[in-house]
Amino acid sequence: MSTQHKHKHAVAKAILFLGVVFGGLGAYIVHFTKDIRVGPLTTKGPIAAEQANLIYLSLGIVLAVLVPTILLLYFFAWKYRESNNKAVYKPGAHHGKAFVMTMWIFPTLVMLVLAFILVPVTRRLDPRKPVNNGTAPITIQVVALRWKWLFLYPEQQIATVNSVTIPKDQPVTFELTADETPMSSFWIPNLGGMLYAMTGHVNRLNLMATAIGDYSGSSAEINGAGFAGMRFTANVTSKQDFGKWVNQVQYKTNPLDDTAYANLRKPSEAAPVTTYSTYAPDLYNTIIMKYMGDMSGMDMSSMNHEGHTK
Amino acid sequence: MNEQALTHHERLEAAANDRVKFGFWIYLMTDLLMFSVLFACYAVLHGNHVGSPAGRELFSLPLALKETLILLTSSFTCGIAMVAARRGNKNMTLFWFAITFILGLLFLKFELTEFRQFILEGHTLKTNAFLSSFFVLVGTHGLHITSGLLWMGTTMIFVMKRGLNSALVRKLSLLSLFWHFLDIVWIFIFTIVYLGAFA
Amino acid sequence: MRHFWLGKLDSHALPHAWFTIGGTAVFLLAALITVIIITRMKRWKWLWNEWLTSVDPKKIGIMYFIVGGVMLLRGGLDALMMWLQQALGASNMPGIGGEAAHGYLSSEHFQQIFTAHGNIMVFFVAMAFIFGLINYIVPLQIGARDLASPFMNTLGFWLYVGGVLMVNMFFMFGGEYAATGWLAIAPLSGKVFSPGVGVDYWIWSLQISGVGSTLGALNFILTILKMRAPGMTLSKMPLFTWGSLFSMLMAVTVFPLLTATLFLSFFDRYLGTHFFTMTAGGDPMMYTNLIWMWGHPEVYILMLPAFGVFSEVVATFSRKPIASYKSNVIGMAGVSFMALSVWLHHFFTMGASTDVNAFFGLMTLIVAIPTAVLFFTWIATMRGGMIRFETPMLWFLGFVAIFAVGGLSGLILAFPPADFQLHNSLFLVAHFHFNVIGGVLFGIFCGINYWFSKFTGFKLNQRIGRQAFWCWILGFCLSFIPMLILGLMGATRRLDHYDASTGWQPFFVLMLIGGIVIAIGTVLQLVQIFASVIQRHRLYDATGDPWDGRSLEWGTTSPPPSYNFTVIPTVTSFDTFWEAKKNHALPGPAYEDIVIPKNTAAGIYIALFAFLLGFGFVWEMNWLAVVSIIGIIVVLITRGYNEHSEYILTAAEVEKNEEKRAELHKKRLEQHKAALHEEEMGLVDFMRYMLKLGMNYIRQKRRKRT
Repeated sequence: MSTQHKHKHAVAKAILFLGVVFGGLGAYIVHFTKDIRVGPLTTKGPIAAEQANLIYLSLGIVLAVLVPTILLLYFFAWKYRESNNKAVYKPGAHHGKAFVMTMWIFPTLVMLVLAFILVPVTRRLDPRKPVNNGTAPITIQVVALRWKWLFLYPEQQIATVNSVTIPKDQPVTFELTADETPMSSFWIPNLGGMLYAMTGHVNRLNLMATAIGDYSGSSAEINGAGFAGMRFTANVTSKQDFGKWVNQVQYKTNPLDDTAYANLRKPSEAAPVTTYSTYAPDLYNTIIMKYMGDMSGMDMSSMNHEGHTK
Repeated sequence: MNEQALTHHERLEAAANDRVKFGFWIYLMTDLLMFSVLFACYAVLHGNHVGSPAGRELFSLPLALKETLILLTSSFTCGIAMVAARRGNKNMTLFWFAITFILGLLFLKFELTEFRQFILEGHTLKTNAFLSSFFVLVGTHGLHITSGLLWMGTTMIFVMKRGLNSALVRKLSLLSLFWHFLDIVWIFIFTIVYLGAFA
Repeated sequence: MRHFWLGKLDSHALPHAWFTIGGTAVFLLAALITVIIITRMKRWKWLWNEWLTSVDPKKIGIMYFIVGGVMLLRGGLDALMMWLQQALGASNMPGIGGEAAHGYLSSEHFQQIFTAHGNIMVFFVAMAFIFGLINYIVPLQIGARDLASPFMNTLGFWLYVGGVLMVNMFFMFGGEYAATGWLAIAPLSGKVFSPGVGVDYWIWSLQISGVGSTLGALNFILTILKMRAPGMTLSKMPLFTWGSLFSMLMAVTVFPLLTATLFLSFFDRYLGTHFFTMTAGGDPMMYTNLIWMWGHPEVYILMLPAFGVFSEVVATFSRKPIASYKSNVIGMAGVSFMALSVWLHHFFTMGASTDVNAFFGLMTLIVAIPTAVLFFTWIATMRGGMIRFETPMLWFLGFVAIFAVGGLSGLILAFPPADFQLHNSLFLVAHFHFNVIGGVLFGIFCGINYWFSKFTGFKLNQRIGRQAFWCWILGFCLSFIPMLILGLMGATRRLDHYDASTGWQPFFVLMLIGGIVIAIGTVLQLVQIFASVIQRHRLYDATGDPWDGRSLEWGTTSPPPSYNFTVIPTVTSFDTFWEAKKNHALPGPAYEDIVIPKNTAAGIYIALFAFLLGFGFVWEMNWLAVVSIIGIIVVLITRGYNEHSEYILTAAEVEKNEEKRAELHKKRLEQHKAALHEEEMGLVDFMRYMLKLGMNYIRQKRRKRT
């Protein structure tokens, strides 16, 4: 067999191999993603939808540029193979100014296009900005604990653990903080992107749901042993059902008092969903202030193994 | 043939000297970057004294000024010592480095006095973020001074034993670079930490 | 009293879980076997004099490869363990194994594994191979005999080994590694949330090897800037050297930041300071900033030399000079410069203002421009070339596709709103594996296949090399494409278990299968090396220039003498060696006096003390730390004031040595000619050979007995 033949044979074999691999892989992926319900691409609200569109758009633009470039590289690799007598060997080929200019200007232009998309979209999708649909947003305060999520409803004066109920088509402002917990990340993929929950800080995350259903949420940032189990459900209900649900929670007397909160602060995994009919109005502020300024008077001994400074 | 080999060897040594000096400059840059992290931390954290006294209430400007003057003088005497070393005057070199050494010790003594006083008053590096960043920034500089003194002392002993040979003069010139560098870092500490507290 | 001498160390710290007992046993067994073999071969003195205390960058390079290779297997085992756990980790599957509620690992153990995996792969594998390549190749490429400071080089290597020991020490003492993720983000890594010794091991393994990296980088910069052959101006420097220079410039800029940050983190844990604590005014977000100011450039420190390798390989195997050399160099410069100003894109989600996020997003886009230019120079180089598909070229072609997907996913992540949805998801994890495996690791494999004959004197087996390559490609696709998909399905990283209803499990299973294929590929690479050793006569590199190369390293023998060149070549153009070869104008033999640095064990001693220093701090044995510091100072003084660290090899001695080498070459050439008829070994031939070897050994033993 001549080298030329052998080479063709090898290339054919490689293409066949890659074809089988990617064909099989593609079929497998299509089969198992048929009915996914979680993830940034299964959008249930305007923020998630815009973010998914952005992912598709940037993917599309970059693919449009990248695929031809890479194919060109492989085409040249094949065309100028040593055994191809038809291709002309030009070792002294000189690359003029025009070529060098194109080489630099082309990617610069592509990045300019992307930049013109990036800046406005970053501003428009600022998580601090309330979703504007004519309705006033409802505020929900979120406290990351080890390893559970506490939700406070300041307007309704109720609280829940590991489950948050929100009305459909009403903007929600999540005010994220944490207590005695390392940095955690609050994420409901179906509704929109994540933001960190940190002690002594409040990060505002504005989302909205447009479809009734149960969506899973989690901490996306590692924060200790129970991290993988730090999941919660976001229940989206109709506005009437939301009112009913609030009444139910308020009716079933179970206050979030100091003892109950002290219990919540203890590390635990897979805490059951709990609802509280009421809580101390200044609880959220106390949690934040605990990490700012003077702390004499605070009992931090439960968290500090080393003994705390005075 | 022999002479040729010698010049060849001399050429190599000159190149090596050049490299060592250049390398030491790069090292000083890395050290400066480490200090810049400590300065950045101090800049971020100096307001976080959480109920304990702030710098204004703790620091004594006259003491800091005294430390600054001592260190500046030591930089000057170090310069004189280097002039002597380049001229090959062994005794003068040793004399001026000895003065520099004593000034360095004096600086350390004042710094430790300040630290000791703070600690006795209950302001330790565990108290709050401001004091942590203060102690670590100023203490790191103090550690550098200490290692500089160790280096100076050792080199002086070797100068006494071996005389001012080219390798030792090279070491001394690096040492003086190091010493001036610490002086500059201290000026920053004096300005940002001490003067800054009263600004 | 007991606490004074032993600190926190007590019997609880000794191995008692299956993995610590296993790890300790493997370690001790390996050490025992090595000791027995060396003792029986009576090679201790040889090992100490020729290798361990050597200051020859070529030998240090090889030692980097060996330790880095072992750590690659160690980190790969971690990866397999994680894949297995995640494949079994669906909530509807019962836990197997003692503490594990899901899969076979407890959550904490799983978290320790991925932390160790990240640290080992970046610090102790990729860094080691990159430093190994630079050590071996850069002095040859620039026509230098040695590095600027041979002592600093051996010290850097042994500090790296100290870090390797430290990262594995928890098997024997303590039983736990950091469970914090590879960057040990505060305040999770603080004493409050991580009271054990795991994070301390993390701090000291990175600290010790990090100082070694800084020293190494400083040394390489000096070497490249000050020790090039006469005539080699910067604009005539080979591209691998350029990549290494940029990489090392970045390293001296950011490694000091790491050193300082690690010290502050250590003070927080050891002295009770409040830099990164949540309380008493500490600021954990500052840690995130500082560690990523180092962490992001770190990836590019690994990537730039790999870019250099690819440029060399494309030029050589296309038989053309690189197209637009200037653009290639400016491209690399641009990448390294921009890489210093994008660190914040690792935490868009921490809540910085919109404009700050947008700024760092734009910076990240800009990095893509010089990277694209590098690709264009490679494409233009291949055009009009005469391309040979030897294994180095295959690794390059594999790199192109995989790295492109990595870049593509990276550009999506550069958009802050998109990042909000993809950050900390498996999409992100897949993204950097596309870049780090596809870019850095493939670059390393490419470089090793390319320069192997320079290291050993014989080429690598191509047949098994090709099979290993395809295994890697197949395994990579099977394990990391599903990972991208999983991220888009909302799977976060670092999960040891997950709800079965998410539908993720089929993809985790696929990833495990891919991991096994990669493992097979790795085994094949080992087989490739062994098969090449067996056929070393057939694969003998007779000319020192097996690929028809272009740069100076191909102008000396394979392997080169300890002084690299008998006479330092004079360089007149970018392709001096290539042109001299084509014009048959290679310089004839000539000899001169050569200054050679003496071997030294000072590096070993300092690294040993540095290791003990770290160990002392991990276990709060303050006396040990103090003794170690004194030890380091004493060794430094003895070494620093030693004025007899070099000797001169006279021209006559060089000539004699060269004659000896020529004779050896003649012998090897005859063996080579005799072996030329052999077919290149395949996998089956290799197995048959090994089987025969084993049978012969048994037969011999029996014969001896009877």
